[in-house]
Amino acid sequence: MINRRSTLKSMALGAVSALAIAAVGISSAQAENKELKIGFVGVTSGPAAAWGTSNVRSMQARAAWLNETGGVKIGNDTYNINIVTFDDQKDPKRAIAGMEKMAQEGIHYVVGPNVDDGAAAVRPVAEANGIIYFPYAFPKALYQKPASNAVLGMIANYQSGPAIYKYLKENKGVKKIAFVAANESDPLSQRDSGVEAAKALGLEIVAQNDTYQNDTRDFTPVLTPIVALKPDLLVLSGVAPANAPLLIRAARELGYEGLISTETAQDAKVLEEGAGEYANGFISVGGASTPEIASDQMKEFVTRYTKMFGEYNDESNTKVYALEYILDTLKADPAAINDVAEFKKTMDTFAAPNPFLKGDAKLSYVGATSFGQKRQLSVPMVVNEYKDGAFQTLFVGSVD
Amino acid sequence: MEQVIANGLYLGAQYALIALGLTLIFALMNVLNFAHGQMYVLGGFITYTVYGQLGLPFVLALLASGVTLAVIGALMEKFLFRTVIRRSHREESTMLLAAATAFFFDAVILLIFGEKQRGVPKIVKGVFNDAGIIMPYDRLVVGALAIIFIAAFVLYMQYSRVGRAMRALAQDRVAAQLMGVRVDRYSMIGFAMGAMLAGVVGGLLVTITGVNSGIGGPISIKAFLMVMIGGAGVVGGAIAGGFILGMMESVGLTVLREYGDVTYLVIFAALMVFLSVRPNGLMGKPWG
Repeated sequence: MINRRSTLKSMALGAVSALAIAAVGISSAQAENKELKIGFVGVTSGPAAAWGTSNVRSMQARAAWLNETGGVKIGNDTYNINIVTFDDQKDPKRAIAGMEKMAQEGIHYVVGPNVDDGAAAVRPVAEANGIIYFPYAFPKALYQKPASNAVLGMIANYQSGPAIYKYLKENKGVKKIAFVAANESDPLSQRDSGVEAAKALGLEIVAQNDTYQNDTRDFTPVLTPIVALKPDLLVLSGVAPANAPLLIRAARELGYEGLISTETAQDAKVLEEGAGEYANGFISVGGASTPEIASDQMKEFVTRYTKMFGEYNDESNTKVYALEYILDTLKADPAAINDVAEFKKTMDTFAAPNPFLKGDAKLSYVGATSFGQKRQLSVPMVVNEYKDGAFQTLFVGSVD
Repeated sequence: MEQVIANGLYLGAQYALIALGLTLIFALMNVLNFAHGQMYVLGGFITYTVYGQLGLPFVLALLASGVTLAVIGALMEKFLFRTVIRRSHREESTMLLAAATAFFFDAVILLIFGEKQRGVPKIVKGVFNDAGIIMPYDRLVVGALAIIFIAAFVLYMQYSRVGRAMRALAQDRVAAQLMGVRVDRYSMIGFAMGAMLAGVVGGLLVTITGVNSGIGGPISIKAFLMVMIGGAGVVGGAIAGGFILGMMESVGLTVLREYGDVTYLVIFAALMVFLSVRPNGLMGKPWG
């Protein structure tokens, strides 16, 4: 006899069965692809969170896109990409713990850390466990022999700085230059190499010892004595994206009329909100950052990133590259998937089309001049000028 | 030199307002609120959302920051701190609770508002430039508002019924209770006021320095510095501490600039010596 109770029971059983069948179907579809874990160890909390967050989100957005379109074919297998993340909170001790976690998970390719001391700290762990890592840190010792497991993920300031100063000297008549940096290892080392580059170009350095605490909120007292020296160019060495608009605004409000530049990547929206029209003319370095050079694939990446996280971060114009390099190198030499020695061998000859730039640009490993071996990603050195909420290309350079 | 003094005074007004809420909560409940900086950040983000994103009037945004933080403060007191104080015999339990709430707020703020530095349109445009002093008008407005808020707070604490009750509570909790002061009620009001002050100053300063999710900790540390200089739990001490720190920072960054970032090194060294001579800070004991 069919009653209300038995009808409900049948419906519930039917629903559960349908769900079970669907779940089995989904899992079998996923099971067709193998899983390739790529690690991220970097800072995603605290004042420097923007650096690592743009990193990890670039990786997640690109991985989701690749997985959605069927995965990545490496050799005879197709892989879904799984990004394993670890927030090192900009603390070298935690960075070591993060790299150890990656080793425990059997991961051989890790993006990060984001700062000098973290990148130096993880080196023994990476080398002992067969991990290739891609730091956003500039100490040359990480990339020169005998080191061989670190690959610089961006253009170093000692590569972009001289090009920027030379351009500004020749095209904007810059003669006097002032440096200001946060009192931390990355900005200070970037300042020191900037000072060397400026000296080599014969520029007069009017200030080079001025520093500030990275958590400074009001930069007027810091910049008051520097602005009084009337430099033609004020260099914000290694400035964090959170501090750049505050420094620019304070300098302009104090009446500074010269040029302002930095060698780190910045975000146009942050500059617009924090400094408004005061940021016009601010010079920084980006990747595939301007409409003139970005390919349709890059534009789609921006769209997907924005859809996934609500808002794009212009720093990702550079940070989109690391995962692409890892996957394309593995495609070129599938044996490298579990053997970093193979990966290192392939780096010397690797070349692939650059999907993020218009034209016939290539992905390749560079760094022979700076490090004596190819331990740097070839990322376009796009020097930008901020103007009314967007970056415009000032000039494009390259590193060999 | 005029510019250095003007910078110091502006910083001092800003710092004093930051420290007020912290010292109020400490005076009333003997709780070092490690989440004070995070409350400031939350206030800043609320003003950013209401004024910067929704385009509503700045005053309304400031009000929203103050009211939201007051509610959060009241809830924290009622459901967290009151319970812990009642059940725990160890004073450090409240410190651990405060630290936990700070981490919690950090994570929530990062999750909701993201990692980016945020800023809002200037509330007043233009720059005052005369007599060797350069000061943007918005800083003058914020500095003036800070002084008005400080004065209003002091007067409220001095002459209102609630203020008198809270001062009695700060002087002697047991005696105040015996005199009929409703300890729970005024503790909650005090905590809410302290949180509200943090929210309001966060909303006020987002127009000058913007806000990002990672600055809560550093703001709390600066607030502790001011409170230690002036004397924990003393309103006048927090104000004095704010102005002293602002002036030391401004003068140090100018005079010591050639030696690198030694200003805070000097400030911390001076503070160590000072505290060894006057461990209770400039103004000694809590209200009384």
